[in-house]
Amino acid sequence: MYYLKLIVKNVFRAKLRSSLTIIGLVIAIVAFGLLQTVVDAWFAGSNASSASRMVTRNAISLVFPMPTYYRERMRAVNGVKSVTLLNWFGGIYKEPKNFFPQFAVDHENFFDLYSEFLMPDEQLLAFKRDRQGAAVGRKLADEFGWKIGDTIPIRGTIFPGTWNFTLRAIFDAKDETTVTRQMYFHWDYINEYLKQKYPRRTDQIGTFVIEVNDPSRVADIAKAIDAEFKNSLAETLTESEKSFQLGFIAQMEQIILTIRIVSFVVIFIIMAVVANTMAMTARERLTEYATLKALGFSPAFVAALIFGEAIALSLIGGGLGILLTFPLAKAVGIIAAAVFAVFKVSQATVLMQLACALVVGVAAALVPSWRSARIKIVDGLRHVG
Amino acid sequence: MTASVNTPDRNTGTLVEIRHLAKSYTRGDQIVPVLYDISLEIARGDFISLMGPSGSGKSTLLNLIAGIDKPDSGILRVDGEDITQLSEGQLADWRASNIGFIFQFYNLMPVLTAFENVELPLQLTNLSRAERRERVEMTLSLVGLADRMEHYPNELSGGQQQRVAIARAIVTDPTILVCDEPTGDLDKQSASDVLGMLKQLNEEMGKTIIMVTHDAHAAEAAKRMVHLEKGELIGEPVAGK
Repeated sequence: MYYLKLIVKNVFRAKLRSSLTIIGLVIAIVAFGLLQTVVDAWFAGSNASSASRMVTRNAISLVFPMPTYYRERMRAVNGVKSVTLLNWFGGIYKEPKNFFPQFAVDHENFFDLYSEFLMPDEQLLAFKRDRQGAAVGRKLADEFGWKIGDTIPIRGTIFPGTWNFTLRAIFDAKDETTVTRQMYFHWDYINEYLKQKYPRRTDQIGTFVIEVNDPSRVADIAKAIDAEFKNSLAETLTESEKSFQLGFIAQMEQIILTIRIVSFVVIFIIMAVVANTMAMTARERLTEYATLKALGFSPAFVAALIFGEAIALSLIGGGLGILLTFPLAKAVGIIAAAVFAVFKVSQATVLMQLACALVVGVAAALVPSWRSARIKIVDGLRHVG
Repeated sequence: MTASVNTPDRNTGTLVEIRHLAKSYTRGDQIVPVLYDISLEIARGDFISLMGPSGSGKSTLLNLIAGIDKPDSGILRVDGEDITQLSEGQLADWRASNIGFIFQFYNLMPVLTAFENVELPLQLTNLSRAERRERVEMTLSLVGLADRMEHYPNELSGGQQQRVAIARAIVTDPTILVCDEPTGDLDKQSASDVLGMLKQLNEEMGKTIIMVTHDAHAAEAAKRMVHLEKGELIGEPVAGK
């Protein structure tokens, strides 16, 4: 207790210097936490993927569709439990800045495959019965203040015209990794329109979502599905839902890598700042350390005092930084809602922040404690701080 | 020239025995001798002042006796133990048990109260918290600072700070008190008080005191005065007043 008190008192001895160092630490730890959360946000979709779901797309590119009749042949593949349709719509709600993902899906069974979306049975039924019906996630509904029964006009970019949807269901997330900032509606509604206006585009789908009986057989089943369509008009590429999601992230790989590097550079910079603070502190206190050694305290004790002070300083700054990360992440999540559907500080990020603070403290104390512990008592007593 | 002073005229026995002690420092490529062939005996219960001009080696001799520096050659026995043979760790333990330090600039920990400063060396003992408290309170009362226990050094005058330093030096009941210019930073009245306190500790509590000083008046408080010049002991010891 006595030593702890001594360490804490030493931390706040040079109030201005300690305060500035702590502020620097807070900024660095917050920046690190937010940057890590940005990286996590990129991976949020893939982390929420189901191991029992696969996605099939055109082998050439995602922009090329496949005939919907493939579905029946997919169902026949051993291990396939069910197949549903999913097509990117890419429409605009009022203004482009209101971006959110919209998908045309097979209304009959889509939500059977996505058990992480929770909604009342009567709403699901209403969604299925209404050809213009739409289901949206809670976050999206809250963001635009939509209520059941509201009409949502979406201006198509891939599918021309203005499409009016009636909100029939609002789904909630099973857990916090589930994204609820998207909209689903009937693929039939789109397809019927295409039949009238653009007959050559009908009965084509961007992706099939496949549910398998045994997640451990995903690789074999994917191979079997793709073999089924080998040498056909539209060859397929089937992969796990996670791989499919990661494929999108891979396009951002360099950006994500840069963000990761920057987050650690921030920590490295603050490490240099804290090391400088500790070096100045230790140099000023050489006479005190020499006095302690003269009184009979060991060099290890002197080193422990400096380590204790550096770690206390880092933990105070780190702790405040961690606490501040949560409200700031919430604010960033609201501002960047259109980019990141899930922007939550993960437990892993908090642990990394804490570890960074500790590493900064230990690294900053290494050289000053080594020098102070080794100083000869007579030299230290002669030193003028 | 070999100088020796071997006149512990007390029947209490020799506490510090120095034989042919030499010490030099290295500055760059140069070896600078500081002490030459010093032989000296200090009796238990003695109060000796080491005098001499700057650079005479008096502080170096004090540091060697206190075990915070090591000689190049010679024998230095304290209470029969040759401290030149002790390792750094053993010397630290030895100092904690045997030496009380009083410095010119007090060397108190500025973030600790007077009480906590005096308690500091007791942290190296096995005393309980209650025992430590009792000892610290008693010692601070002894130096007349019972009412200043919770004051920080910067809230005390120079004389009071030096009295806290004296309390810190004696709280572990060490064998020897080593004082390096203990009145060098004090006004006349405070210096007189501190010297009076040292005399009291020597006469009433039997503490052996070795004091380095420039000040002839301060040196007279000691029972014996020893002069050093250019690293050598000069003449015979002179009795104090």
